[in-house]
Amino acid sequence: MRFGISSRLAAVALAIGSVAGIGAVSPALAQTPGVTATEIKIGGIHPYSGPASAYGTIGKAIGAYFKMVNEQGGINGRKINYLPMDDGYSPPKAVEMARKLVEQDQVALIFNSLGTPSNSAIHKYMNQQKVPQLFVATGASKWNDPKNFPWTMGWQPNYQTEGRIFAAYVLKNVKEPKIGILYQNDDYGKDYLKGFEDGLGAGNAKLVVMKQTYEVTDPTVDSQIVNLKNSGANVFFNITTPKFAAQAIKKAHDIGWKPLHLLNNVSSSVGSVMKPAGVEASKDIITALYQKEYTDSQWKNDKGMQDWVAWMKKYNTEGKLEDGFNVYGYNVAQTLVQVLKQCGSDLSRENIMRQAANLKNFEPALFLPGIKINTGPADFAPTQQMQLARFSGETFVLFGEVLEGR
Amino acid sequence: MNGLRGRGLVIVAIAVACVLPFLLSNFRVFQFTQVYIYAIALLGLNILTGYNGQISLGHGAFFAIGAYAAAIMMDQWQIGYGWTIPVAAILCFVAGFLFGLPALRLEGLYLALATFSLALAVPQILKYFEHWTGGSQGIVLSKPAVPFGLPLNADQYLYYLALAVLLALFWLAVNLLQARVGRAIVSIRDNPIAARAMGINTALYKSLTFGVSAAYTGVAGALSALAVAYVAPDSFSIVLSLNLLIGVVIGGLASIQGAIFGAFFIQFVPNWAQDISKAAPGVIFGVFLIAVIYFAPTGIAGGVKRLAALWSRRRRSGSTT
Repeated sequence: MRFGISSRLAAVALAIGSVAGIGAVSPALAQTPGVTATEIKIGGIHPYSGPASAYGTIGKAIGAYFKMVNEQGGINGRKINYLPMDDGYSPPKAVEMARKLVEQDQVALIFNSLGTPSNSAIHKYMNQQKVPQLFVATGASKWNDPKNFPWTMGWQPNYQTEGRIFAAYVLKNVKEPKIGILYQNDDYGKDYLKGFEDGLGAGNAKLVVMKQTYEVTDPTVDSQIVNLKNSGANVFFNITTPKFAAQAIKKAHDIGWKPLHLLNNVSSSVGSVMKPAGVEASKDIITALYQKEYTDSQWKNDKGMQDWVAWMKKYNTEGKLEDGFNVYGYNVAQTLVQVLKQCGSDLSRENIMRQAANLKNFEPALFLPGIKINTGPADFAPTQQMQLARFSGETFVLFGEVLEGR
Repeated sequence: MNGLRGRGLVIVAIAVACVLPFLLSNFRVFQFTQVYIYAIALLGLNILTGYNGQISLGHGAFFAIGAYAAAIMMDQWQIGYGWTIPVAAILCFVAGFLFGLPALRLEGLYLALATFSLALAVPQILKYFEHWTGGSQGIVLSKPAVPFGLPLNADQYLYYLALAVLLALFWLAVNLLQARVGRAIVSIRDNPIAARAMGINTALYKSLTFGVSAAYTGVAGALSALAVAYVAPDSFSIVLSLNLLIGVVIGGLASIQGAIFGAFFIQFVPNWAQDISKAAPGVIFGVFLIAVIYFAPTGIAGGVKRLAALWSRRRRSGSTT
């Protein structure tokens, strides 16, 4: 027969595959999966590979924080067994990893899974399985939906919240504003835009004289900036990710456009945005912050910052001090530890969610003074306060009060 | 004799594949479903690249078209999932055939670049038709319900669905490639001028091959939408297209069973890589890749074939002495 050998090989291929999988029959169910007298198993999903692998820093920082907690005796006598997974920012891979964590590794919860698409992909699954999908790392507003998705909760201020804060600032402080907006053409950009337009109010829609968009894959945003300048706008709301933010700042400076420049928090990094764009070009840009930054000299003698630096040097030696993701990971891990502490001896998944929705005036060590985490059974948006800051050429200098964008 | 034993092995393999879902956890069943889906896509790409010699860096685009066709039909028009698979096949066949026409003028690396642009463009185009595609938020689907009261869970049912489609498409491909059409396709790869001289309409065959290849990949995309129950532009980034090409080359070019080997590779090796190192999973994956290419330059299928030949030769020489 002609294709004897090829079909034989196909058979071998299938057989090898079946052997590879057989070692993995799921273990017997415990009382609450992942919780024993000495251990709490927690899964994480971050992109350690692929185009968005810069975010992997957050996952590593979380692991380093848990290591410190464990060395200090754990939480109520239980050590955290953290299982970080890599999804490469691909939604199908996120589904695979979430199922691995829930069904095979039997974690108690999945913590800080990153990215709107990846979290959307596992949203339904996690809620069907009734496994907490806690403090997801995305600023989309849809995670605050306790009625339909009682097992999912966000953490950071969502984009709409921030958009409203900026709108309120413009209305209050700028005479005859003519607003130009540049935003990334996806849900992240549109969420910001919606919050901002909601904040302006229907009557003020005409204040926006031009909107420009770009795609993540675009090489530059130069022509958009030129268009915005030509529109005569005197306020520029810059809704871009770090690379494009730096480009936009630089281009605006190069062509001599000097509007009131509002930059979204996503790109508020001194190290990866302001400095590459040029200190002169970045001066006086206003952003909204909720976390302390290492590069900001005013926190030099701050207790929280000093603890953080000590932790970085002892537990997270791979991480860079300038990288704000290490602050993020520290704060979010601290929030989870607070929830687990509040759980006491009842670490059922129901109680974990109940306590996550019962955070009262919790202040992670590296939140700006006065910004607090509050949640409730109908409020799954933990952080809703921010403070505006102006770039001095060196650091962001906070001004005004802590603002709330509910 | 050889053929009989080969057939026996195929039957055994299919039997093993059929009982697997009852031996494994649902999570593993899901992973194997993914392997079969990749295998279908890889077979499609292999028909084009391995047998016909046209390099495509853009098959992720056809995968996406198939997936979105299925998702939009189920989400917007409430069409039964069973229909989405043939519709995805037809749609992708047409898309592939049409793309194959201009591609006729491009050879080798130039074609690779043209298809690369397709892979880059499709995720953005998907965002443009937000009303249907849900933009970058994507479309959340429900897993198909198990029909006829079969005693299976949703994962097991999807596994059997993917396996059935895989077997049907492999049977089809074997028949296609070992017949006259297949010889024409291969002859175009080996020597297009000689092929033309023998009366083969190379333009038509190349375009048709492109169409068939795209149809296979589209079916895989539709199945993937069913299995993952979610589609978004980020699911079909350029990485997917590259992975498909990697799978074809690693599995073995111009080898039917190579598609299965390649599918196992692109499904499981990235997971092993991240188990070894979270710091640089990409580097570990690259090391695996280089190792396979070094030890089995004709892909895993070629390597296995060589080992089998070596083994039978040794046995024969052993029996004569």
